[in-house]
Amino acid sequence: MSEKYFELSNLSVGYNKKTLIHDICLDIKKGEIVTLIGPNGAGKSTILKSITRQLEIIGGKVLFDSKEIRSISYKDLSTRMAVVLTDRLKTELLTCHDIVATGRYPYTGRLGILSHEDEEKVDNALRAVNALDLGNRDFNAISDGQKQRVLLARAICQEPEIIILDEPTSFLDIRYKLELLSILGRMAKQNCITIIMTLHEIDLAQKISDKIVCVSGDHVTRYGSPQEVFREDIIRDLYNIDNGFFDPMFGSIELMKPSGETPEVFVISAGGTGIPVFRELQKTNTAFAAGILYENDMDYQLARLLACEVVTEKPFEAISDAAFDRAKALIDSCSRVINAGLHIGTQNSRMQALLDYAKETGKLEM
Amino acid sequence: MQNTGAAGSFRQENFRRRSRYITVFAVLAIAFCVIIVININSGNVNIPISRILDILFTRDGDPKEVDIIWTIRLPRILMAAMLGGALSLSGFLLQTFFENPIAGPFVLGISSGAKMVVAFTMIYSMSLGYTMSSYTMIGAAFIGSLMSIGFILLVARRIKNMAALLVAGIMIGYICSAVTDFIVTFASDSDIVNLHGWSLGSFSGMSWSNVHITVVVVGMTLVLTFLCSKPIGAYQLGEAYAQSIGVNIKFFRIALILLSSIFSATVTAFAGPISFVGIAVPFLIKGALGTSKPIVVIPATFVGGGVFCMFCDLIARLAFAPLELNISTVTSIFGAPVVIYMMINRRRGMK
Repeated sequence: MSEKYFELSNLSVGYNKKTLIHDICLDIKKGEIVTLIGPNGAGKSTILKSITRQLEIIGGKVLFDSKEIRSISYKDLSTRMAVVLTDRLKTELLTCHDIVATGRYPYTGRLGILSHEDEEKVDNALRAVNALDLGNRDFNAISDGQKQRVLLARAICQEPEIIILDEPTSFLDIRYKLELLSILGRMAKQNCITIIMTLHEIDLAQKISDKIVCVSGDHVTRYGSPQEVFREDIIRDLYNIDNGFFDPMFGSIELMKPSGETPEVFVISAGGTGIPVFRELQKTNTAFAAGILYENDMDYQLARLLACEVVTEKPFEAISDAAFDRAKALIDSCSRVINAGLHIGTQNSRMQALLDYAKETGKLEM
Repeated sequence: MQNTGAAGSFRQENFRRRSRYITVFAVLAIAFCVIIVININSGNVNIPISRILDILFTRDGDPKEVDIIWTIRLPRILMAAMLGGALSLSGFLLQTFFENPIAGPFVLGISSGAKMVVAFTMIYSMSLGYTMSSYTMIGAAFIGSLMSIGFILLVARRIKNMAALLVAGIMIGYICSAVTDFIVTFASDSDIVNLHGWSLGSFSGMSWSNVHITVVVVGMTLVLTFLCSKPIGAYQLGEAYAQSIGVNIKFFRIALILLSSIFSATVTAFAGPISFVGIAVPFLIKGALGTSKPIVVIPATFVGGGVFCMFCDLIARLAFAPLELNISTVTSIFGAPVVIYMMINRRRGMK
């Protein structure tokens, strides 16, 4: 397997000779899943359209197996590269079988008559996307999610080395999203098919991709593994997020923290019991503080984003005086204290004292 | 039904569909033969079927009847059959190109454009004392067709909306008709004697030399169109997908326009503008076949268009005999309701 399989070298893309994104350099290996992410209108689709030759390349090169892609004939390219596009298909009296069968186009003769082998490949492709039962249905009569699966089957049926998908998960509900992505993952790993796609769901992109391409402004801001790319600051800059958070650890998206600098509520929790309380306070826009949380507690991950102050302690340590005093001070300044529930063991035994203190002030709610 | 694969498999579906195709083609073939016989049989002089076959195959019989069949009715029927097929296929190709089932040579003003240039050339050559050859007529009509299509492409290439495309076409049709009227008004009467009957659309007065030319032009275009059925099928998915499975889009788009223009130009050159056939026939044929796959739709549309036009011509000749109706009058009566049905049905489908 050659190291340089699909290479974009100093590629500039755009419409009508006007450059939108310049100097794109990517090295894609065989069997990799590469996902382009970035804000709406950043030009992700433009890049895909350029590497599939729907748009003229403005500058630089696309090398497919060390061969300039423009020198490959449409016919040869069609046996090696398949696409799933966002364009809505307007078909007339065609069944899903017929749609999938167009994937056999590069392999049939002058009149496009299908052999029995082609017919079997159509069935197999539909089976691969769990859509065998859709075969006889009119393509116009099925749901968007089903259409997307049939279009993927069409691409599979083309027996390509590379499949390029433009936002394959839009219109899909969560179940179909997961199903589609797991099919893609299987194809990449088992059949060594290279997959290049755009996704809006960065949480899913993080989990499925081998490589992530961040597209923003007029260039590729970052290209690397999900571990390298999915850091809070990078994602925040990429999407220019100023109204919420992206938590790279779990890939979850959080809304903005409640406004207000001084906490009204102090939340005592541990091991995840605080999460629903934090969310509830966020919805009612109530500023709150939380503590005392160990830094490896899952509550800490969310409190860090939503609370105006979090009193923390190092993992597996007994609670220090400093943390305890700070928590007491916060309880004094808050009008309510919520005990979301926690287990008190040998290391955090001082939490009992904190709860007792809160009870004395009369602010404690269970 | 052995060896056709599991239930619901593609092979089984194709097997089922093939029998439907065979039925449709059989019905079309029978209708074709029946309508030819009826057409030969009826008219001012009725010739019984037994004698028709004799005259057709041996040219023996009453010289008057031989004459009627061989010099009047037969060329006319053959022209109606071929031109009807050509017109329907022209519509089918335009519908593929514009991704719009309402497209057709008449509604898009292509026939009117052809008519305009033909009228102009006809009057001009008459005033110089020449008579136009059939090839010149086809050439003039072809140029006119391309002019109209070029105009529509400028206006409506990006308009996928059915109604907007229709409006653009009708406007072009009116403009071309206005120009035609203008030319005719200022032409001397002797120059426009031939123009009048022709410009309203009619299959009357066809000669064997017309038939020969049409066989060559329409025959070749038909073969080319049939050979294009594979890329046409790919094109039905839209340009981006078609290209991704290996169609050279730029080349193919030009091919589609040229083929459909040759078809509609031939029709207009010989029979004048004929309405609605190009939309109604492909729609009915696709419905009957239950598919829009070009490899079956193209031949069926050609035969179906022939049957439809022969039928309409029969009515045009007989309904108010000895008066003859314009062919467009009859095709509109049968074609327009189909188009209206299409639009209503489509709107319902979208909801």
